[in-house]
Amino acid sequence: MAPAGCIQINENLWEIPPSYKQGMQVPVRIYASKPLLDSMDPAVFEQSTNVATLPGIVGYSYCMPDGHSGYGFPIGGAAAFDIEKGVISPGGIGFDINCGMRLVATSLTWEEVQPQLQRLVDRLFDRIPAGVGGKGFLSLSRSEFRTLSEKGMKWCLKKGYALQEDLDRTEENGSIKEADASKVSEKAVERGYKQIGTLGSGNHYLEIQVAKPENILDEKLAAAYGIDQPNQVVLMFHCGSRGFGHQIATDYLQGFLRVMQSKYGMPVRDRELACAPFGSEEGQDYFKAMNCAINMSFVNRQVILHRIREVFSEVFGKDPMDLGLHQIYDVTHNTAKVESHTYEGKQQNLLIHRKGATRAFAPGMKGVPKEYREAGQPVIIGGSMETGSYLLAGVQSGQQSFFTTAHGSGRTMGRRQAKKQFRGQDLEKRLRDRGIYVRSVSYAGLAEEAGAAYKDIDEVVRSTAAAGLSRPVVKLVPVGNVKG
Amino acid sequence: MMPYRYLDDLTVADVAFEARGSSLEELFTAAWEATLQVMIENPNSLGKVESRNIALVEPSLDLLLHNFLQELIYYKDAEGLLLRIEDCRIQWVEGRSKFARLDARARGQMIDPKVHRLGTDVKAVTFYRFDLARENRGWTATVVLDV
Repeated sequence: MAPAGCIQINENLWEIPPSYKQGMQVPVRIYASKPLLDSMDPAVFEQSTNVATLPGIVGYSYCMPDGHSGYGFPIGGAAAFDIEKGVISPGGIGFDINCGMRLVATSLTWEEVQPQLQRLVDRLFDRIPAGVGGKGFLSLSRSEFRTLSEKGMKWCLKKGYALQEDLDRTEENGSIKEADASKVSEKAVERGYKQIGTLGSGNHYLEIQVAKPENILDEKLAAAYGIDQPNQVVLMFHCGSRGFGHQIATDYLQGFLRVMQSKYGMPVRDRELACAPFGSEEGQDYFKAMNCAINMSFVNRQVILHRIREVFSEVFGKDPMDLGLHQIYDVTHNTAKVESHTYEGKQQNLLIHRKGATRAFAPGMKGVPKEYREAGQPVIIGGSMETGSYLLAGVQSGQQSFFTTAHGSGRTMGRRQAKKQFRGQDLEKRLRDRGIYVRSVSYAGLAEEAGAAYKDIDEVVRSTAAAGLSRPVVKLVPVGNVKG
Repeated sequence: MMPYRYLDDLTVADVAFEARGSSLEELFTAAWEATLQVMIENPNSLGKVESRNIALVEPSLDLLLHNFLQELIYYKDAEGLLLRIEDCRIQWVEGRSKFARLDARARGQMIDPKVHRLGTDVKAVTFYRFDLARENRGWTATVVLDV
């Protein structure tokens, strides 16, 4: 329930003024319909208002329609910071740096895939490690791993794990600049260098989905993104920078806590919101290390795509390109990036933190792939394994939130509560009865991801669209799922 | 009764728990058991195959607990090892400078999905609501894990 003092701006926008809490520099803006606002836990408001106190924040502290409590920022939180006066905070990015979504088209229809579904899911489950302790197939030296963390998907291109078109259709072309592996600890490398090509667990998954004709919401945009035949099959997956990113965030969070008050005179309101001035030595070191994790995560998803292409090729006996396995797009969730935005009538560089939120650039903007320049940036919103996911497009009215939109359906039920309420084995059977074939490393993990543990994704997307943050293009329904 | 309990109301997406101990050593061991139980449903199935020594020095007890849990999470990713604490000694040293010191021995084995019923991977120990406090009968800690 929203706190007293929360003002309704319109049907899908709410504001908490700076008078709500001492130290707030800007108001909080929450994008949500009334039912979604009511479903947000109290920590969302506590955390969003804490974000509003950070030095150098400009505009608003934002919360997206799928927002729920996190640590530091809420999940679904976003904030822009002045480059000179602002800070960078690991708690505004999350431990799973560049956790993100990738969507891949095929030229296959559901009718063609259905007879092979079980074999496909089983092979994907065998070939793409998931769950606690999963290790990838790449045998890399620590030094090579450091190189790939600086190069991102360019490294994959050189090694034969990527096509140029994959890079072209990835946020930042899969290789973010200003990544410096000398700013990364040995511990981070040790945690990550064997994990390339692994899904992880929790809400990470790989899904085979179908674009049914009745779920095409914008035919022209769907065609622009390569979804142009009835019952076309696509693949969607969600994973991040694994132990590498988790350790980088931990290292710098602790480092910032040591200097925040003593060196920079900034009060520590919430230790998860530890920060350093963006231009400081500490801030820049974290930025460069975080960029390494962004690149590692792009590589992780690319190597998984390489495996997907191998599996489809093996099962259908054709070259992956003859099966139309073209990437549609790859979006990041947990990042802080320097972007050029119009703010207070001036074009300026700002540091945009997005935590469990997606960049959604409008048609014509620099940074949108050439082939999508008219359509706008594809936005991938992942739902639960029971309810489906969405492909959307960036729109000009997204300027109101520095072109930031929702990232998922958002949890509404705690993990333990979900495990008490559902049994993984029952859920697996129920899904199979509905024609969704699931393989999971963990029945407990499966139960935690039951559809009822999440908000209504249709309502999240309705609210997102009505707020003018992005435009729905296709709803995608799951038929096969590999769960970590 | 387990020396820890999960706090279902503290977080929606992650896992929170409260651990207790009559001594700091008991508290730290309980906090790791609570963390381990998130990742493996049957921790008793872990064999005593590998052994690792953990030595940490931190300026405060709560940072010592934070890094103790982080250290054990590190072994899970870096070596694929899930460990349990066999022996743990903690000292609070007050001299020219004050610091907390931990020496522990942990034993366990490599993760084997055929033997171990896996749960959810723990990414990190957050500082959200992180707390370590002395009580009348011992020590208590509140921890939120990012999963």
